[in-house]
Amino acid sequence: MSLWFVLAVNSITFGGLLFLLSAGFSLIFGLMRIPNLTHGSFFMLGAYFATSLIARGLDFWTAALVAGLGVALLGGIVERLILRRLAGAELAQVLVTLGLSFMVADVCLMVWTGDPIRIATPGALTGATSIFGLGFPTYRLAISVIAVAFAIGLWALLERTRLGAMIRAGVDDPAMARVVGIRVSRLFTIVFCLGAWLAGFAGVIGGPILSVYPGLDGEMLPLALVVVILGGSGSLLGSLVGSFVVGFLYNFGQAMLPELAYVVLFLPMLLVLVVRPQGLFGRQAV
Amino acid sequence: MKNGRPLTITRRTFLAGAALAVTMPAPAFAQQKPVKIGLLTVKTGPLAAGGIQMEQGTQCFLKDRSFTLAGRKVELIVADTGGNPAGTKTKTQELTERDQVDMIFGPLAAFELLAISDYAAQAKMPILSLAAAEDMTQRKPNPYFVRASGTSAQYMHPLADYAAKDLKFKRLITLADDFAFGHEQMGGFQRVFEDAGGRIVKKLWPPLTTPDYTPYLAQISGADAIVQGFAGSNPLKFMKQYKDQGLKLPVLGGAPAGDDALLKSFGDEAVGMISSNFYSNDVDTPSNKKLIERMVREYGNIPGTYSAGLYINGMVAEAALEKTGGKTDDREAFVKALRSVSLTDTPRGPFKFDHLGNVVGSFYIRRIERKSDKLVNTTIKTYKDVSQFWTYEEKWFLSQPVYSRDYPPLKS
Repeated sequence: MSLWFVLAVNSITFGGLLFLLSAGFSLIFGLMRIPNLTHGSFFMLGAYFATSLIARGLDFWTAALVAGLGVALLGGIVERLILRRLAGAELAQVLVTLGLSFMVADVCLMVWTGDPIRIATPGALTGATSIFGLGFPTYRLAISVIAVAFAIGLWALLERTRLGAMIRAGVDDPAMARVVGIRVSRLFTIVFCLGAWLAGFAGVIGGPILSVYPGLDGEMLPLALVVVILGGSGSLLGSLVGSFVVGFLYNFGQAMLPELAYVVLFLPMLLVLVVRPQGLFGRQAV
Repeated sequence: MKNGRPLTITRRTFLAGAALAVTMPAPAFAQQKPVKIGLLTVKTGPLAAGGIQMEQGTQCFLKDRSFTLAGRKVELIVADTGGNPAGTKTKTQELTERDQVDMIFGPLAAFELLAISDYAAQAKMPILSLAAAEDMTQRKPNPYFVRASGTSAQYMHPLADYAAKDLKFKRLITLADDFAFGHEQMGGFQRVFEDAGGRIVKKLWPPLTTPDYTPYLAQISGADAIVQGFAGSNPLKFMKQYKDQGLKLPVLGGAPAGDDALLKSFGDEAVGMISSNFYSNDVDTPSNKKLIERMVREYGNIPGTYSAGLYINGMVAEAALEKTGGKTDDREAFVKALRSVSLTDTPRGPFKFDHLGNVVGSFYIRRIERKSDKLVNTTIKTYKDVSQFWTYEEKWFLSQPVYSRDYPPLKS
């Protein structure tokens, strides 16, 4: 009984981290139709930046925000200089972003060496919190809270601001959005930076659980893909629901059917692709 | 090379050197050509941490010997396999056919080694590797293979003995990466632990790339302690999550799990972990002091399993070259010399080889402790002259299946 409860709570906390990771991916894919395979690298890069910032004396949360900005800046450069020229050429985008992810991995190896680096849990959140007599890592619970806060913030941004309205218009019909005078190209840069920032920030937030090491990018990217395909691209609600679904599939799959853990994780993705290609909450076909 | 200066050859310096050689007048007399050592290592991707340390260990050794072994100059050719079997095969062919090396150090991973074993045997290429795949020196031996580190289970046999007899543990849960190295480690642990009267109650196999171990941690209950056999960066992630989850059972670990080179990355969560290794920083031999001193000076790191392992491989090659008078042309004779090497002053202490080319030597049970501001491994028991067959009879051991995910089976 307690095993189930532990797994359930952990599914939610892991889902929270996945949401932070995949919300940016979903925004970028939804608006720009760019399957950004460097998203895992942004995640890893954020964590690496943070280790250097923390080593220079910054506290964890400031480091997380600043590291995110560093990644956002890089994302902006990538979008302006490279991806912009490849608009509409999906195969080229896939290849370019994949190539970039290899380059980022190599540069990280050079700068931060191959040794895994640990990020300490921020002071106030170390230790465990007791829920119904069972102990849970406080930091993980905090991640779910952060994720929900971000979900609300992003929702408000998309649904309640002018920028959000323009982004939604861009997602629904980029050509028409252009016609009515929305500068879609600038919108693209903003969204790409925002998505990159989210990924970098998520990398730092995940750091105390995952630590940082070469290969982290490749471990996280597929999870972001599954979330977005399940939830539907460009849909915030989809990312949120998808993240928690994947969190549950991941936790219960590995605990109950460890031999089939990946089947449990990816089979629903296959089914969704076949039956409902736009995802559970997607606005349009992928 | 020709100018008689000790030189390490990477591709770039090789090209520069070649350009230089063209412009220089040919030497008036023929010199003995250098011994060529090819190093197959991994410098990119997730395995790079270990691969870079392998190169550092090799460099430390060759610098200690001024790039001269048994009176012959040494030329080192470093090849990056990329950590995949296809890359390893290509690089092995290059080293063998183009560079015509006399022996190969490496590769790092078992799956890389398995990919080149047949080819290397056909080419009669001596291989000195740390890759721990059991059958390379057991059921499918390669006559040109020499392993001075140990098999996957060779570390775990003594650890299991220690857990049962010294720590008096009765019931244990094992967790290891779900690939051959993990399976072989835990198979070996289980056999010795259960033969000593203990019981393995659960074996958990998280995939090699598992970001979150909590689903497995949630299943830990009803045991005296856990044994983890994670490798690469996984031990770091695992120990952090283990402690965060509030689990308090003692932790035993395999060689990569408690590697000295990983200590600088660990925090207090690793204090108390007991692991087994063929190498330890606190082995009290002159050559180990020399290795540590040089590693710290050159690279700012203390040596771990990979760098020490390659340093030791260098010593094995040196001893064999001294036996053959520096000759490597007769490959059979050279491999025979390699396998008859017996050394006492090495970073891992005394060792020799069995007739299959695998090491018989000391293994160290260590505990991670905090000393002032850093973590150190302190040896708490030394098992001497440990063979890959432990105390079992070789013939019986080889008649059993190789350790695997399901062998030995769990007792119900």
